[in-house]
Amino acid sequence: MTEIAKKRPIFRNINALKDLPTYRLPAAGWVSILHRVSGAVMFLLLPLIIWLFDVSVSSEISFSRFSSVFQIGVGFIPAWFVKLVVLGLIWSYLHHLCAGVRHLYMDTHHAVDKTFGHQSAVVTLVLSLGLTVILGAKLFGLY
Amino acid sequence: MSVNYGSKRIVVGAHYGLRDWLAQRVTAAIMALFTLLLLAQVLLTKGDIGYDKWAGIFSSQWMKAITFTVILSLAYHAWVGMRDIWMDYVQPVGMRLVLQIFTLVWLIACMGWAIQVLWRL
Repeated sequence: MTEIAKKRPIFRNINALKDLPTYRLPAAGWVSILHRVSGAVMFLLLPLIIWLFDVSVSSEISFSRFSSVFQIGVGFIPAWFVKLVVLGLIWSYLHHLCAGVRHLYMDTHHAVDKTFGHQSAVVTLVLSLGLTVILGAKLFGLY
Repeated sequence: MSVNYGSKRIVVGAHYGLRDWLAQRVTAAIMALFTLLLLAQVLLTKGDIGYDKWAGIFSSQWMKAITFTVILSLAYHAWVGMRDIWMDYVQPVGMRLVLQIFTLVWLIACMGWAIQVLWRL
């Protein structure tokens, strides 16, 4: 065995603290793990989503409360923080949707090659982040 | 085939294979189409969207029926997804069971709330 071959690291178990920071994921790997993360985020924030739906459609008065949440905040929570959380939700939704459409496409096409896997992953990341920036700018009143 | 009944019954894990796999994809498609439908209605609305126009979108009976279907789809979809997460990362059976029960209670409660809001309109 050569010296170089001996030095190669062996990962028998991925340690979250030791190995994950140095673990280089390909684009498709990022899409995959972020698909999970975004799904879990939306699952945990489901009550917030339903509450926003509730106050936005229930009555004229609740609708003004809905608007004020984004302008002056709610309770001790400032408006910027609400917007930040909603921005997180927007990204989660967009990423989950884009990655999901990619998933469905791959499910219905038997021959998916390495190139397509990589390219579609990059498109997913760029599209979801790009749309998040555009909608986020609107949310924070930049235009 | 290995024995999976009586005292040898495996009480955790999916084992429902195709049904849930397919259900997750069908519910995903329903929610994606709903997104387009809602987006179209918002974009086709003329002028600023105030309370009347926003609530108006959800007030028609057909939109309520569709939104209701989407709420149920979301719950089923999230259940399959969250269970996948628990099965992958949580190995102790007891803890996994607790988390799965939490997921179900959480989703059913959220579903009830969402449907209540929808049908009050």
